[in-house]
Amino acid sequence: MAKKTIRTIPQQRTPMAVQDPKQRVGNFNEVALGYSVEDALNEAERCLMCPKEPCVQGCPVGIDIPGFIQKICDQDFRGAYDVLAEATLLPAICGRVCPQEDQCEKVCVVAEHLEPVAIGRLERFVGDMAVAEGWANTPDIDPNGYRIAVVGAGPAGIACAADMAKAGCEVTIFEALHRPGGVLTYGIPEFRLPNQFVDAEFQKVLELGVKLEANTLVGRLFTIEQLRDEMGFHAVFIGTGAGYPAFMGIPGESLNGVLSANEFLTRCNLMRAGDFPTKDTPLGLGRKVAVIGAGNTAMDAMRVSLRMGADEVHCVYRRTKAESPARVEELHHAHEEGIVFQWLTAPVEILGDEHNQVRGLRCIRMELGEPDASGRRRPVAIPDSDFEFECDTVIYAIGTNANPIIGQTSKLKLNKWGYIQADTDQCTSLAGVFAGGDIVTGSATVIQAMGAGRCAARNIKAYLGINDTVDMDISDADRSRIFGIDARQKKFTRVRLPGQEHSAGPA
Amino acid sequence: MYEIVAREDFSDSTFLLEVHHPLLSKAAKPGQFVIVMSHADGERIPLTIADFSPDRGTITLVIQAVGKTTREMQQNNRVGSGLYALVGPMGVPSHIGDAGKVICVGGGLGVAPVYPQARAFKQRGAYVIGIVGFRNKDLIFWEDRFRAVSDELIICTDDGSAGIKGLVTDGIERAIQAHSDIDEVIAIGPPVMMKFAAEVTRPYQIKTLVSLNPIMVDGTGMCGGCRVSVGGEMRFCCVDGPDFDAHQVDFDELMSRLARFRKEERRALERWDRSDNCRLLQEDRDVSD
Ligand SMILES: Cc1cc2nc3c(=O)[nH]c(=O)nc-3n(C[C@H](O)[C@H](O)[C@H](O)COP(=O)(O)OP(=O)(O)OC[C@H]3O[C@@H](n4cnc5c(N)ncnc54)[C@H](O)[C@@H]3O)c2cc1C
Ligand SMILES: Cc1cc2nc3c(=O)[nH]c(=O)nc-3n(C[C@H](O)[C@H](O)[C@H](O)COP(=O)(O)OP(=O)(O)OC[C@H]3O[C@@H](n4cnc5c(N)ncnc54)[C@H](O)[C@@H]3O)c2cc1C
Ligand code: SF4
Ligand code: FES
Repeated sequence: MAKKTIRTIPQQRTPMAVQDPKQRVGNFNEVALGYSVEDALNEAERCLMCPKEPCVQGCPVGIDIPGFIQKICDQDFRGAYDVLAEATLLPAICGRVCPQEDQCEKVCVVAEHLEPVAIGRLERFVGDMAVAEGWANTPDIDPNGYRIAVVGAGPAGIACAADMAKAGCEVTIFEALHRPGGVLTYGIPEFRLPNQFVDAEFQKVLELGVKLEANTLVGRLFTIEQLRDEMGFHAVFIGTGAGYPAFMGIPGESLNGVLSANEFLTRCNLMRAGDFPTKDTPLGLGRKVAVIGAGNTAMDAMRVSLRMGADEVHCVYRRTKAESPARVEELHHAHEEGIVFQWLTAPVEILGDEHNQVRGLRCIRMELGEPDASGRRRPVAIPDSDFEFECDTVIYAIGTNANPIIGQTSKLKLNKWGYIQADTDQCTSLAGVFAGGDIVTGSATVIQAMGAGRCAARNIKAYLGINDTVDMDISDADRSRIFGIDARQKKFTRVRLPGQEHSAGPA
Repeated sequence: MYEIVAREDFSDSTFLLEVHHPLLSKAAKPGQFVIVMSHADGERIPLTIADFSPDRGTITLVIQAVGKTTREMQQNNRVGSGLYALVGPMGVPSHIGDAGKVICVGGGLGVAPVYPQARAFKQRGAYVIGIVGFRNKDLIFWEDRFRAVSDELIICTDDGSAGIKGLVTDGIERAIQAHSDIDEVIAIGPPVMMKFAAEVTRPYQIKTLVSLNPIMVDGTGMCGGCRVSVGGEMRFCCVDGPDFDAHQVDFDELMSRLARFRKEERRALERWDRSDNCRLLQEDRDVSD
């Protein structure tokens, strides 16, 4: 076959079918419907298989992107999954929620002339197929006797737990809520990430032998130090996220009808308040909703509001659309669904009625001034530009702070914002205790949290002296591959060579 | 599942559950609470740990059936059955300092959560004045337990059917008059009661602590639904509380926020009252009458 060039590949990015905006605001079914096999084959053709693989560098977990796309071209979908599974545990999830436009797709060579290869959509295609077909690369695990405690069942904890289990450790995840998944379960709504995928991906982790202890608030039921010193865990990973919602401190925040996006989304996603009174948790949403903020959380809160029957939903953001940290796709979908965007607008007071119920929001218009330390132009208030508008619900989605429980109940060193201090190896100030994800970096992304969990796993192995890099097929005559990952090897299998030592177990 | 190993009914509306959870029974300290889901579709509701026994591996909850969830628990949570979720202990434990003389006030159901604190003070050698208040004699529970940890016990009833006729605030006033050296008052009960208890002790400048009960969801600091105003600052009750300085708390805000879901609560309760489940409960009561 002739070498592909920018001129020979399909010029148009293959569109993904979506539910019609008018229809979808009335249901919680997934908005983006995914690629068909044809779509995927068509889009995979657009990849130039660049030898320099800039996209791989753009991926926080270094997925072999041209590798898996090549397998799609070959119609070897299982093979494509195997390539993905080497780097990410959760392709069906990451394909849906990663900000690809800032990562792999941003640096895709095709993007210099055309729209970049739809890497995320292709990843999702393979991930969905794996879930549907029940593919799982469960290795042949050789127990080594080490016990690992993972605190928090979000993406960081799940990633770390899976890698440690594959290395032969006995892993227990302790989770405060009654269900695993972290933000994937309580935060990101069904129409963007159906719970079925979170459950399916988590099931694979359980199949590795990982135990889940839900309803366990670490720090209070027992401490991090107790896990390590009294409960027999050889290492601890903390991935407790950054869920501690911020408010602004403007008047009116205690009125009824004011809530955080976390509360709103938790009631809907985790507690199924949409089915009240069949389910017991109420939602208490009004008809005219103002959401403050314009990130992914804000988009989710707005779009859930619409689906829960709000007549009008406003997005109030002090900067412009260009500065919005939301995924482009979410912003686009929110627009389509009829969200009213009030860019360059900051709330100054929430107005209440005689029953302490929200009746409106007073805002001020902003303009962009000089760039600030982050390089973004700083919004400054335009004098005398106040105005009021009517609403009965105000949802805060302006970010989160560090949850203080673990910090208060352990000797871990925190940074000045209260996040756990960890070095680039995810080591904390306590020996044998590692941390990663939002609790270290502040709110970031699913893939970064996963990457941190895997990085911690590597370093926990180093710390404990576990050697599980012998990934090879004993029947494979080509022994030069012992120390590299053999791309042709489909099963991640740990096999000991004859005469080789066990990885050292605990003394 | 967290197994219910004992149950006691104090009245038509108040009952006690003892639940098996050995780790929790060891970790619990006075002033802390748990979040409970009675079944998979249930609401997450906070309940104070009214007692804990590391020996038996259990914690004790005392519950007042006020709405759908608590009434349903009253009907379904029998010995041998279990709770779907039980997580805790949550909140900062009460600070049991070396106060010489303390008043521990429990209004109605508040008797249960204040009991572990009274006991802890007693164990530290403090002189404990217990004040418990009920609407009438039939609603009294744990008088014996409270008496065992109090040097003095004042019972108040609205109708005078037991102890003194009056509110707990009358009891507090009386105790302050009798003792000029009170170091600390701990008052737990309905928000109005705590509000007025705070007003009684304010002129005497006696340190007064209350345990707040805002609406909660997760109990881990993740939702901010439990925020309260203390000294003009926003605090998350589940992480920073539930104990706060009574003289700093904005009780009116708390009470107004507790009414947030009144419409939905009424709807859920009416639906429950109409359902078969509730008729069963009614029959149950008729039989036992
Ligand atoms: C509404 C919303 C939408 C988002 N959308 C996107 C998106 O589209 N794309 C994207 O990449 N990112 C998105 N993010 C960000 C992303 O979800 C987070 O960065 C990521 O989930 C962080 O993972 P984590 O494992 O660090 O923490 P989390 O996902 O927060 O998980 C932490 C877990 O630890 C548990 N826990 C906390 N404290 C304790 C304790 N003391 N004991 C036991 N367990 C504890 C929590 O209950 C939770 O389950 C979104 C976030 C939100 C809130
Ligand atoms: C820290 C704390 C400790 C508590 N300890 C006890 C206790 O030991 N025994 C006891 O009987 N009750 C206790 N409560 C109150 C108890 O949680 C509520 O009575 C219960 O949630 C009512 O649920 P329901 O569905 O039966 O009633 P509903 O009809 O839903 O509500 C009745 C009342 O309870 C309040 N309430 C409703 N939902 C919640 C919620 N999720 N969280 C908090 N309050 C809510 C409402 O303001 C309402 O006024 C405590 C509350 C808190 C915050
Ligand atoms: S940069 Fe784009 S075209 Fe090149 S290998 Fe990666 S996905 Fe394919
Ligand atoms: S109950 Fe959610 S933060 Fe306190």
